[in-house]
Amino acid sequence: MSLRDNPLGELKVPLTWTAGIVFIVVLIASVAILLSDRREAFDTDASGNPRTMSDRVMAPVGDALSTPGRLTGQGVEGIRGYFFAVSENRRLRAELENMRQWRDVAVALRDTNERYRTVLGLKTDPPIPMATARIVTDSRGPFANSRLANAGTEKGIKPGNPVMSESGLVGRIVGVSDGVSRVLLLTDAASRTPVMIDRTNSRAILTGDGGPNPKLEYLRGQDPVKSGDRVLTSGDGGVFPRGLPVGVAVKGLDGRWRVVLASDKAAVDFVRILLFEDFTQVADTRKLQHNAPPPPTPGATTLPPPAPAAPAAATVAGATPATPQPKAVTPPAKTATPTPKTVTPAAKAATPAPKTPTPKAPAPKTAQPAGATP
Amino acid sequence: MSNGARPLAPWRWLGVPILYVMAASMVFALPMRFWGLGLPEPVFALPVAFAWAVIRPSMLAPLGIMIMGIFLDFLWGSPTAFWAVCLLLPYGVMLGARSMLAGQSQVMMWLWYGLSTALAIGAGYLFTMLDTQNAPNPASVGWQFLATVVLYPFADRLIDRFEDADVRFR
Repeated sequence: MSLRDNPLGELKVPLTWTAGIVFIVVLIASVAILLSDRREAFDTDASGNPRTMSDRVMAPVGDALSTPGRLTGQGVEGIRGYFFAVSENRRLRAELENMRQWRDVAVALRDTNERYRTVLGLKTDPPIPMATARIVTDSRGPFANSRLANAGTEKGIKPGNPVMSESGLVGRIVGVSDGVSRVLLLTDAASRTPVMIDRTNSRAILTGDGGPNPKLEYLRGQDPVKSGDRVLTSGDGGVFPRGLPVGVAVKGLDGRWRVVLASDKAAVDFVRILLFEDFTQVADTRKLQHNAPPPPTPGATTLPPPAPAAPAAATVAGATPATPQPKAVTPPAKTATPTPKTVTPAAKAATPAPKTPTPKAPAPKTAQPAGATP
Repeated sequence: MSNGARPLAPWRWLGVPILYVMAASMVFALPMRFWGLGLPEPVFALPVAFAWAVIRPSMLAPLGIMIMGIFLDFLWGSPTAFWAVCLLLPYGVMLGARSMLAGQSQVMMWLWYGLSTALAIGAGYLFTMLDTQNAPNPASVGWQFLATVVLYPFADRLIDRFEDADVRFR
């Protein structure tokens, strides 16, 4: 039977057309949504309500689904521990011997450090509180690398907090809601982390690309890095605290410097979230502003003797530096600001002054701005 | 006897595959490692989108693809509608080339499916590059491409089951 003879054949064209139109409309809508969703908004927790809502739904589902795997892993570990207890014991004894030597070194270094701090009057960074969380989903594709952790605002977690495994930095929090937070991994294409090479102290930006080993970019200096160098967070920009272990530098097959992440050695299930805020935020800036400046050196001759009758006339003239000076000293910040203001008009008024000798302008007119104050 | 589902009810050829895709993607997103290696991350939605384009034109299919794409974005943490656009592009191309696909052998259909996978992942590569000013790792992209291409038997099963269900588009 030919198509024309088929009684349903007539319906084919309109349906195909409407399907095509719907396809185009949906495509345009999707492109519009994609363009309106910016990754820069990650840090402001504006990954948006739909995203945080979906995270809240997915976290318990992922947690429930991963339970059998987790229990199986624990069971396997238990059996392995039972059968390999003797060899494990020998290994741990050897490690303990090694660690005892390191403990003595550490105690000595701590003592030296404390003495140096006392001598220098150095104020060290305050300790950072932490929250522990379990990872419930883990995406590892080329375009997005993130994980969901089952702890959120109830534990004080905020966007930007660094996330660590037992052996190194994993990433940072980019979205948080009640009971769940999303971790952007160091390997994500959108991730940029300021780091330093431990040996040379040279800085770089660790840039994720969706692969297992992120790149070291913007390296400076001659031979700033060599294979096997330890890479730590630099603390630049205040996003991460300084000195968190990131990994080890290696030369990639593409000739770029890359980092084998320390966190790869650890299991993916548990993480520590550092409730870190930039230390400049921790300091009470308001209090710092109200600190009185130090008193003048006794016996110094730099300050002129106080002249009680002078102020009124001096303000009018707007030129004597002696009067505003004591004002700025007594109340610290606020009175200090207007000081230049009184000077500025004088400077402005002074500008037309050179015009006076010009032959065209009559003398009284040009003198007017300079003597505008009276 | 063919096991094709006779009445082409939307929930059977659109709804059920969407649920399968969501469940499979969720399972593969669990934090599990075997001997230190993580599971691959195939795009389970791609064989479904390909099969829908081959089975028949539909007004609901693009919406279904958009839903699957946005689900993947929420699950994997990519920008919203990133995967929706990446899936809709090969769907549209295959829908346009539908008449060419009719009656092709299974191997040829697999090649066409490989092409649509390359298109989806290529679009993802481009969007990520534009968004982050950073090229994704080619090895990682290739690994995801391979993990997705091997899923063609699922598309073939879906096509085989519903291709003849609507006599107007045989």
